This record gives sequence, structure tokens and C-alpha cells, in this order.
Amino acid sequence: MEIKTNDILQKYPVGKSENLIPILQDIQDVEGYLSEASVVEVGRHLQMPTGKIYGVATFYNQFRFKPLGKYHIQVCRGTACHVLGSATVLEEIEKELAVKSGNTTRDGMFSVEVVACIGACGLAPVVAINGNFHAKLTADKIKELIDNYRNQE
Amino acid sequence: MSKTKVIVGLGSCGLAAGAAKTYDALDKIKTADNLDFELAKTSCIGMCFREPLVEIKDESGSYIYGEVTPDRADEIIEKHIKQFSPIHDYVVQSDVFEARDNAFYEGQVKIALRNCGYMDPENIEEYETRDGYKAIKKIIDNKMSPEDVIQEVLDSGIRGRGGGGFPTGLKWRFAKNSEASQKYVICNADEGDPGAFMDRSILEGDPHSVLEGMLICGYAIEANAAYIYCRAEYPLAIKRLNIAIKQATEKGYLGKNIFGANGFDFEIFIKEGAGAFVCGEETALIASIEGERGMPRRRPPFPAEKGLWKSPTNINNVETFANVPWIIYQGASSYNRYGTEKSKGTKVFALTGTINNGGLVEVPMGMTIKDVIFKLGGGIKDDKKFKAVQLGGPSGGCIPEHLSETIVDFDSVNATGAIMGSGGMVVMDESTCVVDIARFFLDFTQKESCGKCTFCRIGTKRMLEILTRITEGEGKDGDIEALEDLSHQIKDSSLCGLGQTAPNPVLTTIKYFKDEYEAHIRDKKCPALTCKKLLSYKVIEDKCTGCTVCAKACPVDAISGERKELHHIDMSICTSCGLCFTKCNFDAIEVY
Repeated sequence: MEIKTNDILQKYPVGKSENLIPILQDIQDVEGYLSEASVVEVGRHLQMPTGKIYGVATFYNQFRFKPLGKYHIQVCRGTACHVLGSATVLEEIEKELAVKSGNTTRDGMFSVEVVACIGACGLAPVVAINGNFHAKLTADKIKELIDNYRNQE
Repeated sequence: MSKTKVIVGLGSCGLAAGAAKTYDALDKIKTADNLDFELAKTSCIGMCFREPLVEIKDESGSYIYGEVTPDRADEIIEKHIKQFSPIHDYVVQSDVFEARDNAFYEGQVKIALRNCGYMDPENIEEYETRDGYKAIKKIIDNKMSPEDVIQEVLDSGIRGRGGGGFPTGLKWRFAKNSEASQKYVICNADEGDPGAFMDRSILEGDPHSVLEGMLICGYAIEANAAYIYCRAEYPLAIKRLNIAIKQATEKGYLGKNIFGANGFDFEIFIKEGAGAFVCGEETALIASIEGERGMPRRRPPFPAEKGLWKSPTNINNVETFANVPWIIYQGASSYNRYGTEKSKGTKVFALTGTINNGGLVEVPMGMTIKDVIFKLGGGIKDDKKFKAVQLGGPSGGCIPEHLSETIVDFDSVNATGAIMGSGGMVVMDESTCVVDIARFFLDFTQKESCGKCTFCRIGTKRMLEILTRITEGEGKDGDIEALEDLSHQIKDSSLCGLGQTAPNPVLTTIKYFKDEYEAHIRDKKCPALTCKKLLSYKVIEDKCTGCTVCAKACPVDAISGERKELHHIDMSICTSCGLCFTKCNFDAIEVY
């Protein structure tokens, strides 16, 4: 894992702290999350205390410190989705998978995350699973949707 | 005879609705049957409610087909292309006949969206044929000085489209007047307002117009480097911006000595946001580009004096930049023909919520909100009653039905207590509870507060707690007054726009819908039947068949009744979870 982090760090000059966010984004793209080992590496490269890096990373919603499940479910909780019932959609997903948002199922299959707005308001309520959009959802469509992914296994 | 063109809308909304499959299906038929038409791509056409959209342009005119699934695509090619007989039932908009959604376009004036849906955003030549990069060429050819450019922008009367409404020309002049060897232009594409997607559509559909607008700004304020700060949640927009920057650099519109003008260098970089709403605030955005926590800084000094890396910086929003090339090329007087006395030009709105025709519209300033919702938007879904519209997202407010004659311009909207904002227009019907909406927005701003100012950090938290209590039936006398008091304190004591506007949704809903707050607090009732814990359930006698489904579903055994006999709900045990209501197959459970 650290080898990958090193590869990414090579692209950025040593000690230039303005690149911190792009570096963290690159690492998360490749590894799925920010591990402690990676953060230490970044600190060494940018000559920055890890505490400062965590200070920045935890400020932004994008960064995760735990690995993702195989299927990453993003539930849009934007205004348009809210008005059209995304709260019950989220509730149903949490119930079906028996996890709270922000967590991953024990078998490592599904991660549930709430996002502020995906920008596909015309199709509300929207859920994106690994980047694929599922539009105009209602609570009673959730089981079928998740079963479809389960059956792919 | 020009060739028939078949154009597929491949913006995020279209793709989410399956437009890629439609495109593949069309491509397959074209190859299989060796058909003679040109298959093209474009981005958002604007009618999100009819995605996927396919436009066919032939000699007779333009036909936009809606809800084009791969099957429907086959049928359309069969009839329209092979037999020259358009299928009128599927056409949603046309300039040939009165199609069902033609009204959606009537009254729209497309300036910022002039190219969205009309060209392939990944092809710079198409932008060039649509007067692209001619505004910057005009500046160089006519030897317009930076001051001339600023004066032209000032004369157009355009005000910042990000929400604040500050005159763009004036902002440019401040940056121009700051002496420094290094200056920056920043495009704020951190569209974090939930329920808004204007900027995303422009970036996906017409990235070059934004680049050209930034280039013109760079010329005017004498900057040679620029950043686009774009949300990471918009991968397609970032991809198309990267393509556009590469093409513009190859063509010599970006780089060194542009148009041979000695010393006119301009480079544009993309910075991906990392998901923090507060970074839409300009000083927080600057902090984020510098690699820091995105926390706002004290102003003054304003970014025009000391911005990015302490250099003078001018920040505008995506829509503002998209307007600039048109203003320069067509002239300020063409632009300020539209609009009201103090708000010139047009405004793009993202129409969403419980509205029939949700999508992207661009209207001249001065149109009434009612016309936007009913004429363009086609009214409220399922013939429900229009209740209110939320303008300006979490920083804005609710405008109630009785004020729907309010016109869209900065000052009229501000007078209602809402703000114009960046252009999200979320329509709500009678089944939307405004207290719940206020709670929803406070939940958002409370999470997104960066924590720098105490009143914003803790005050929004307290407000959220009170609102949550109210929606759960635990409201008490004095809650409304406490909310108002906290609102004013937060507004007065916050450093940036987030805190200063966060209480707006609460204040406007209290102002216009006080009775609903009182119903929640005193009668423990939610008139819109939204707040779950305040709902009661009963069995409708003549509909109940005694199937026992509800009784089995009830997690707390509050429903009693023998098989084939009338059931009964004991409200003293009921937890108002609503399961019986959703499980009943005979609509025999009533909510009240």
C-alpha cells in the first residue's frame, strides 16, 4: 500500500503544502481511503506534522479513514430529493442493509454514505451506486435494487 | 440539402436516466442499416423531466423527443428517419408544430445557456462556429484597453450570479486597481447549494464560454493565471473542463502571447473541491486552494487587494463568466435590454421539487415567480396545491404562494426575506411541511458550519435541536421566540455568508407560516402530514377487509382484530411508525 502512496507522492514536489488536498484525493482514488500509513508518508513528503494533515483531511467531507465496501451507495439528501421523500429512501436502505449511513456492512459488500447533492435534481430522489444513478426511487423499490447487486455476486 | 442530425443529450441528468444506452442503440441501428444521418452528442438540453432527450434536426425543423429508451429509439428511427414521419406523440418540443412541452421554452431568453444543448461540449470547433472566442478576438482586434472592457461589463449592469449580486464590473475594477506583479482569476464552481445544478449544466454543456469569460477577466484585471475551483462531485464537468482547456491551449487561446498580443499570457488550472459547502465563500475557497482547512478569513482586506497567496484576486461564479463573452461580443446595450432597472439580463434557475417540468430555465429578470413555476414549469405535480418556493437554498428563504407575483430580481426577492442565491428554485406543495424544511436546512448548515465563529457553530446546533424537538412533538411555548432570538444573534455575529444567512429559512418560514409552527407546538399536529411522530392513524371501517396484514406488521402490537373482522388501532400504544399505512393493500388506514 505504501508503495502506491510513494508513486503518487513522486508526482508532487517535496515540501509544497499547497498540494496537500490533491495528494490526499489521489491517494483516496487509488486506495479507497486514507490509511494511517499513507498519512504518515504524506507528512514526510510535505514536511508537515500528521496532526495538521488530519486537521485538513477531517475538515472535508470527501475524505474517509475506513475502507469502502464493494458497492458504494451514495444517497442524495439535497433539497429536491428531500421534498420528494429521500428520508424514507435512506431509512429503507439502512434497514435493508442493517447499517447506519457512514458505515459498511460486515461482509464488506455495501457502504452507505449520505451526500449533500449530486446535482441530478430533475431525477429526485436519486441514489448512486458505484457511480451509477438510480432515479425516482421510492422506499418500496429499495429491496429489489439492492437484491440486484447482491445477485451479481 | 443538409444532412439530418440526431443529437443525444449526454449531461449528468441524461446519463443518469440512461442516455448512454440510447446513444449506443442509435449508433447500432445507424451502422446496421447503413443510415445516412449524423449522430451527434450534446449536453444538458434543459428538460430534465423528459430525459433521455434526443433531438432530430432535418430540413423541416427541429424535433426534440423525450423519454427515449433504446426501444423507443428504434421506433423513432424507423418512422422519422426511414419514413419521414415524425412521431408527434413522443415529441416534447418542436419548432414545426405545437408539441406538448413547447411552453417550457416560451419566455426563456438564453444567454448564459446559449450553447447548452446546442453543441458538442467536447468539440472546440463547434464552440467557434457559435461565435466562440470571438469576444476575446474583438477585444484584441479593436484594441480595447482593460479599462474599456471593464466599462463595457459595468455598462451591461450584470451583477454576480453566485448569489450576492455585487456588480461584476465594479469587482473587476477593484482588482484592476490593485497594483501587483501577480494577480489571479478564480472561477467559483463549488456549487454546494443542495437543489441547484445551474453551474454543473453550464460546465458540462459549454465549458469554453466559462474559459473565455475567465480569459476576458484576466485581460481586464491584468492577471495571467486562473483557477477553477470545482466540486469533486461533478466528475463529468471536471472531465469536460480538462478537455476544453487542452483544446483551447492547442488552438492558442490559452498560453503565452495570446492572439500575438505581446505579454498577454493566461493559464487556467483546475482545483477539485473536497466537499465543504463553506468553500463557496470566497475567502474560504482561497484557503482551500492554498491547501488549508476551508475556513473564511476576515475581510477587509478583500480578495481584490489580498487574495490567493496574498495577491489581488478576482472571483466570479460560473454563470457570471459564461455571460461575459456574450456581453463583450454583442455589446452591453444588447444585454441590458433585458431585465429590470437594477437587475439586468437573465438568470438561470434550476426548477425542482414537486413541479411537473423540473429542469433548467433561463428567464429575463423581471418575470414573476408564478410565471416561472406555472408557465414554464407546468405547475404542481399531481394537481396539488402550490404552497411555497425555496429560493437561494440553505441561505435563502421560503416565498409563500401569496407572494408568488414577486418578480425575479435581486431587490424584490431580498424584500421577501429570501435571497436570489445562485438559482435553485425548489417548489413545495401542500404536502411539504415548512417546519420540516427549516429543520432540513438547519441540519445542513449546522453540519457545514466550519466552526470558526461561536454563534454559527453552537447557535445553529441549538436551533436544530429546537426544530427537531418541534417536529417530534416536544415543542414548548417560547420555542418560536427562542428561534428568532438565536437567528438574529447568529446573523449579527458570524464572519461569513454561511452564518449570516443560515437562519433565513427559519425566519422566513416563521414569518409566513407561523400557524404551522403553532400547530406543531400547541396541537402536536403536522398540517402537511409529514412529521411522522405527529401523525395519528385509524382504520377506515368500510374499507377494512380484516386481512390482518396491518396487525402482523405492527411492531408494537397496537392493532387488534380477528381475521375477516374490522381492525382497530390503539393510539395509546401506537408509535406512529406508519408501517400499517404502507402495508395495507386496501387503503383502509387513514392518516390524520
